[in-house]
Amino acid sequence: MNFLRLLRQSPLSARIGMAMVLINIIAAIFAPIICPYGETEVVADVWLTPNADNLLGTDHLGRDLFTRLVYGARNTITIAFITTMLSFIVGTIMGFFAATLGGWTDLSISRVVDILMAFPTLIFALMVLSVVGTGTAALIVVIALLDSTRVFRLSRAVAMDIAVMEFVEAARLRGERIWWLMRHEILPNAMPPLVAEFGLRFCFVFLFIASLSFLGLGIQPPTADWGGMVRENAGAITFGIMTPLFPAGAIAFLTVGVNLIVDWFLHIASGLKD
Amino acid sequence: MEPLLKMRQIYIEGMSDEEWSPIIKGIDLTLARGEVLGLIGESGAGKSTLGIASMAFTRQGCRISSGSIVFDGKELFGAPKEVLRKIRGNRIAYVAQSAAASFNPAHRLIKQYAEAPVQHGIMSFEEAATEAKEIYKRLLLPDPDHIGYRYPHQVSGGQLQRAMVAMAMACRPDLIIFDEPTTALDVTTQIEVLAAIKRIVRLFNTAAIYITHDLAVVAQIADRIMVLRYGDLVEENNTRELIANPKEDYTRRLLSVRTLKEDNVILEVDNVTASYTGKTNVLEDIDLKIKRGRTVALVGESGSGKSTLARVITGLLPPSKGSVIYNGNELTRELKTRSKEQLRVMQMIYQMPDTALNPKQRVSKIIGRPLQFYFGMNEKKREQRVLELLEKTELSEKYYDRYPPELSGGEKQRICIARALAAEPDLIICDEVTSALDQLVAEGILKLLQDLQNELRVSYLFITHDLATVKAISDEIVVMLQGRIVEQGVKKEILTPPHHDYTDLLLSSVPEMDPDWLDRLLKERKEKGKPSTIMDA
Repeated sequence: MNFLRLLRQSPLSARIGMAMVLINIIAAIFAPIICPYGETEVVADVWLTPNADNLLGTDHLGRDLFTRLVYGARNTITIAFITTMLSFIVGTIMGFFAATLGGWTDLSISRVVDILMAFPTLIFALMVLSVVGTGTAALIVVIALLDSTRVFRLSRAVAMDIAVMEFVEAARLRGERIWWLMRHEILPNAMPPLVAEFGLRFCFVFLFIASLSFLGLGIQPPTADWGGMVRENAGAITFGIMTPLFPAGAIAFLTVGVNLIVDWFLHIASGLKD
Repeated sequence: MEPLLKMRQIYIEGMSDEEWSPIIKGIDLTLARGEVLGLIGESGAGKSTLGIASMAFTRQGCRISSGSIVFDGKELFGAPKEVLRKIRGNRIAYVAQSAAASFNPAHRLIKQYAEAPVQHGIMSFEEAATEAKEIYKRLLLPDPDHIGYRYPHQVSGGQLQRAMVAMAMACRPDLIIFDEPTTALDVTTQIEVLAAIKRIVRLFNTAAIYITHDLAVVAQIADRIMVLRYGDLVEENNTRELIANPKEDYTRRLLSVRTLKEDNVILEVDNVTASYTGKTNVLEDIDLKIKRGRTVALVGESGSGKSTLARVITGLLPPSKGSVIYNGNELTRELKTRSKEQLRVMQMIYQMPDTALNPKQRVSKIIGRPLQFYFGMNEKKREQRVLELLEKTELSEKYYDRYPPELSGGEKQRICIARALAAEPDLIICDEVTSALDQLVAEGILKLLQDLQNELRVSYLFITHDLATVKAISDEIVVMLQGRIVEQGVKKEILTPPHHDYTDLLLSSVPEMDPDWLDRLLKERKEKGKPSTIMDA
């Protein structure tokens, strides 16, 4: 199979990245089995250092930090993944539409996107979220929409190049509808840069959720999420306690892992041989 | 008088999908001595099958299930092999469609001529050789005394076909079966072969069964015609009567197709002006007609508006003035408003096969999509048809699952041709289809396009700047310069002097195999006071 062959040729850095991501995914899927305690269960004194009962110590309410970290992987990764997917679906479809139809369609979508992109993302998200409230669904939709503007830019640029190719013209002459052009003629050829971008965007979304959580607008307590955990335990750092470093480290770990894979994808997409 | 051949209630079956299905459904056929019978019908009508059944022979995978074949008073159906062997090639001879494929390339023509008479013990090789020369002469073959000593590849297709007729005559048979003997030939050669067959059959008073799909051809030679369809007899009558008063609808249709084919204008570009910006016209007052089954070459340097004209015809660029008329109906100006059927009949082949094929689609999908789109074929039918199209474009079925980047330029162009053919178009617009290919490959592509035209009667609008290509493929030539047509007409007229200045320039610009060619040409042009380059013109 094509994919397996590709995997076999992957460089060491990409394999390390894959291992890092895999650890996170396994943690997310098997959280209830791995964890010694419940997600919101108070088990000991606050801000304990790592010990035999609590692998990574406890947080500011006395909950097991390791358990929170593993559950946090589950929540954060799931939400980040759904958000990225959504932003790609919206962004790619709009981008392809703009590129294949051109003219007024392209112009109007592009200008709307320009307007959205004119606001700093974080400020815009803060504003919208404080208006619509801080449910998970609202969080996903808002971030996805904001992110889809960047996906739109990329997919439009890529599709522009492809839409002028003669095989697309041949399909047009055949009388194919826009959906076929997008799905069968353009998408397969736009796949490599889009996949690379997917990995990158996933990281950004993930960090974005973490920063929103840190500001108190992201995933709401008592649900465990890494950004929120950093915020909740930030005070500990002043007492020389390392607790907030663990969730911060987890964020860094996943981000670096995904980026290692993305680097490899970008490399393949660019068509360079070494 | 007892007829030479009497076939009664012939049923023939063929093996398909693991069961026997009928090909010929109980046809009677009677043939008198010296009579020529035409068997006509579209492909798959069973005409060849019935024709060769007169020797009590069937192709592989077929069988005569019942009936009676009486040849010269002897029953052949169920007769032992030895009896049949004595009759076949001796009393009944067979002339196949493709002479080139039927001759053994390793033997001289005359040796193959003599094979049957020597085998049947009628004459010695020397006698047969003398006889052969006599027959070659009667068939008007050039240099009849020596042509027999050539190998099959050393004579032309038409000559080879006549040599095959000669071979069939070798034993002075009572009956010859001609199976589409002129179909693979071009029109001028076809006349020669047809005339030769007619003469020799009359001369020796030989009976003949002439199988063809071309009513006009069979009308020249047959005394009587049988029209077949789906293994049934549609109509039978003597030739003049059948052509003057066809009784059945189907016969009438065959006749009308034939009359249509002659001078039917399939596409007309009427007074078209077009521009990209709305200001400067890229095309001005273009008039153009394309006839069915003909090739119109559109010649001009780059920037003369050739490809723009193609875009106007296909609807990619709506003209600012004028109209495009297909088969008598005006086409809408824009692509979007054209019906599926209007889109289907016009297909395009591009200059760069690399960009004309989606690199991420398998060949099966590239060719299969038009089948699904225009004809709604299901997967199984599609697969079968794609394989057929691959075969037509001289590609093997191993390409079925390949991606375009895995193919060579020539192979890709063949895939493009197959994709265009999948739509069963009437007109194919070929936009510089050979200019991105090296000469040998290009020649192969041109040959293929011509074969396909002969077979499918499709028209080409052939856009090119290469005059060698034009000479090879076109029937008519249109010369364009700066968005206008400067000269147009049939090939011969355009290519023989006096030319229009610009045409002359184009023609004399074809490089010759001579190191001094360029210097000489420029000097000549200077002397004559003609512009030395196209820019000056």
